[in-house]
Amino acid sequence: MANQGRQTKPESMRRKGHRGSGRREAFWGQLTNWLDDWLEINSDGTVTAFSGKVELGTGVRTALAQIVAEELDVSIERVKMVMGDTQRTPDEGYTAGSMTINSSGTALRNAGSQARRILFELAARRLASNLDQLNVQDGVISVIQDPQRKVSYAELMGGKAFNIEVAENIPVKDSQTYKVVGTSTPREDIPRKVAGQSAFIQDFRVPGMLHARLVRPPSVGAELVSLDDSSLAGLPGVVKVVQRNNFIGVVTEREEQAILAAQTLKVEWRERPTLPPMQELYTTLRSRRTEDNFLIDQGDFDAAWKNASRQLQATYYQPYHAHASIGPSCAVADVKGDQIIVWASTPGPYPLSGTLAKLLDVPPENVHLIHVEGAGSYGQNGSDDAAADAVILSQAVGRPVRLQWSRQDEFVWEPKAPAMVMEVRGGLDLQGNVVAWDYQVWSPSHVARAHSPEQLVAGQLLSGQPSTQFGFSFGAERNAPTNYSFTNQRVTVHYIADSPLRASSFRSLGGAENTFANESFMDELAADAGMDAVEFRLRYLPDERAREVIKSAASKAGWEARPSPQGKSNRLAEGRGIAFAWYENDQAIVASVAHVQVDTFSGNVRVKRIVVAHDCGLIINPDGLRNQIEGNTIQSLSRALKEEVLFDEWRIKSVDWESYPILTFSEVPEVEIFLINRPKQPALGAGEPSTTTTAAAVANAIFDATGARLRQIPFTPERVKAALS
Amino acid sequence: MSGEIVITVNGKPYTVQSAPGTPLLYVLRNEIGLNGPHFGCGGEKCGACMVLIGAEPKLSCHLPVSEIGHARITTLEGLIEEGELHPVQRAFIEEQATQCGYCVNGMIITTAALLWKNPHPTDEQIRTALDGNLCRCGTHLRIMRAVKRAEILISGKGGD
Repeated sequence: MANQGRQTKPESMRRKGHRGSGRREAFWGQLTNWLDDWLEINSDGTVTAFSGKVELGTGVRTALAQIVAEELDVSIERVKMVMGDTQRTPDEGYTAGSMTINSSGTALRNAGSQARRILFELAARRLASNLDQLNVQDGVISVIQDPQRKVSYAELMGGKAFNIEVAENIPVKDSQTYKVVGTSTPREDIPRKVAGQSAFIQDFRVPGMLHARLVRPPSVGAELVSLDDSSLAGLPGVVKVVQRNNFIGVVTEREEQAILAAQTLKVEWRERPTLPPMQELYTTLRSRRTEDNFLIDQGDFDAAWKNASRQLQATYYQPYHAHASIGPSCAVADVKGDQIIVWASTPGPYPLSGTLAKLLDVPPENVHLIHVEGAGSYGQNGSDDAAADAVILSQAVGRPVRLQWSRQDEFVWEPKAPAMVMEVRGGLDLQGNVVAWDYQVWSPSHVARAHSPEQLVAGQLLSGQPSTQFGFSFGAERNAPTNYSFTNQRVTVHYIADSPLRASSFRSLGGAENTFANESFMDELAADAGMDAVEFRLRYLPDERAREVIKSAASKAGWEARPSPQGKSNRLAEGRGIAFAWYENDQAIVASVAHVQVDTFSGNVRVKRIVVAHDCGLIINPDGLRNQIEGNTIQSLSRALKEEVLFDEWRIKSVDWESYPILTFSEVPEVEIFLINRPKQPALGAGEPSTTTTAAAVANAIFDATGARLRQIPFTPERVKAALS
Repeated sequence: MSGEIVITVNGKPYTVQSAPGTPLLYVLRNEIGLNGPHFGCGGEKCGACMVLIGAEPKLSCHLPVSEIGHARITTLEGLIEEGELHPVQRAFIEEQATQCGYCVNGMIITTAALLWKNPHPTDEQIRTALDGNLCRCGTHLRIMRAVKRAEILISGKGGD
């Protein structure tokens, strides 16, 4: 196997470096300044760059390679990325929060700069020249006056270790001189994927591998009553029925045999109602025990609210959403005694390897976790759980096992984006100024990563203890505060200790839901004040970058300044709405304008066009960025218009694409993107920010078209009709 | 029971080892070792498992291998001729029309079939043809642009 080559690394490097180290706890991993942890100059003229982050389908593999190529002055074809492997790459914790370009990108840029300096010094000695007389082109350093005197990176360093730390505050290239970063470098993975080459964990195979499917309980909390192995008598290829407490899986020679065996196996479960009735979800969320975080308490809200000439109040509702990856989770595990190799599409190879070690009670360094790309996950889907399932099954049969989740496994058992309730109060004075603002959100934690076996489905089934307790809370505060300059304001997050449904990270965490509420309510205030929605927002935004984003979106969308609603009463009502967000209050800045047509008879909403203006500082790859923004916009529109996880008191009822429909080609609007490049500003992540503004822009456009205010996601025809009447 | 069924995949005959009721998808992936058609839902609802049977795009996740008969099966891999990518595949690269790319198999198969039947489809015809193919990443508009580019590549206007 290719990864065995790393074992030859000198002991001194391995001790100083952080690859494969035993501690695997920290969310963002462990920083390493050891140059060789990040870069290797190979003797064949290529460069290997190591990142502890992983490719989740957003194109970061290419973006990171661009950064390395730029800083090191080699062509991008020479850069080989190795990502997310616990024996080869640094521990960078989870790939999350649009942080890959910030963190891994910065580390690789610094490493590239340090390596380039060392290579230049070596070249100066080798060529008997001064540093300032040297030039580099595609990894070949030559003397400017005498280009025949030259030496390549490979000749200088090929196969050798730098044995040095990356200096602190190492100078890096001026972004004005960039030749690779900032260009639309084509993604390296697309040619493989369109040609049907092995690209995904689902395509991954090892010799002698068996196949497996799970037999999950019909509901969370169900207990196994009986299992009848003999029901599989006569079925071909059955290697083993693995049952440990409530965990059941079947391992077979061939994949279709596993499917048949899982369907055929006679199992009796005792179910109990563990969920609130769906129609009581939001009252349940409001009534549960909370831990309250007072994020902002500024000025005197109570007095200002009391004295306001207009008092407005609204409550917004976000249901549970599924990540709904198009390819159900899959993993391959090979457990031989206490040595474990796992191939999985986890967003956190190091943390998961630590958790799997606990699950199997082996030292963490015995678990070699290798990330292989999966279908887009947009946060935490079932991939970590599938890895644990595969490990248990492989351990039981002592052979490599490929476990493929079914569509229903994914829908029922993946952690959902949490349901939330957002309540906003706003006071206006006689001139329509916002004099009081109070924002409260009730939410379970948005992050419940698998730091311990109890947070994995397998761990819960093995112990018989379904756990929805998190131990810590995170994510609901994201974009709960706005960037508007309100004088008297309060922002409070009420964390609900136990989520009715298992929940974890989905793109932007609470950012999308909070922005839906904040930006819908801004629109409600603007309408009440009789003011244009763009002008109303600009009043409270002194920052020039933010103002430019809003103005750009409005002007590209052909925004006509006027108050909403537009006040015509056609059956097909047209309207436009805007929403703005400054992601995490200091990251990328986004504004979206939606144009909608509402059929006021049927309640059907057709979104015709969405215009997005986007400022994420220095742009690394404009085409990749557009791809992300387009994807964010369409996916978040799907969530706003159609998506809601259904359940009753016993079971999750969204089990397939019919019970959890997503946006189809016929429903996708035009999306126009306006990028604002800020070459002198730091490059900020773009995987999430533009997912936040769509729902409010559409709700505001529906209001503009019809005067009906949608405060509950999704905006189904029934809800639109109810709001109209 | 096994060994009786022969199917033609990407121009080559294969003797099927699986039981006759086995869905075509698993024969293609696990016996022939192909990666193009993907398991997405197993319920014929998402399009990830599409292959061409003759010139028709078909879902392979339920279709028993015994029902194929003499029809010629073409997968994503089989669209490549003598090492040359099919114009639809080239168009998807040129438009960078994937995000995660898991669904791209079905998108390309559907597009290839559409453009054979209808070399110059309208936007609405493209959308309708692709409505059975789900994409979660939101790459729809790029895919639409890739279809348009493929149309040009095939008709020779922009081809090489």
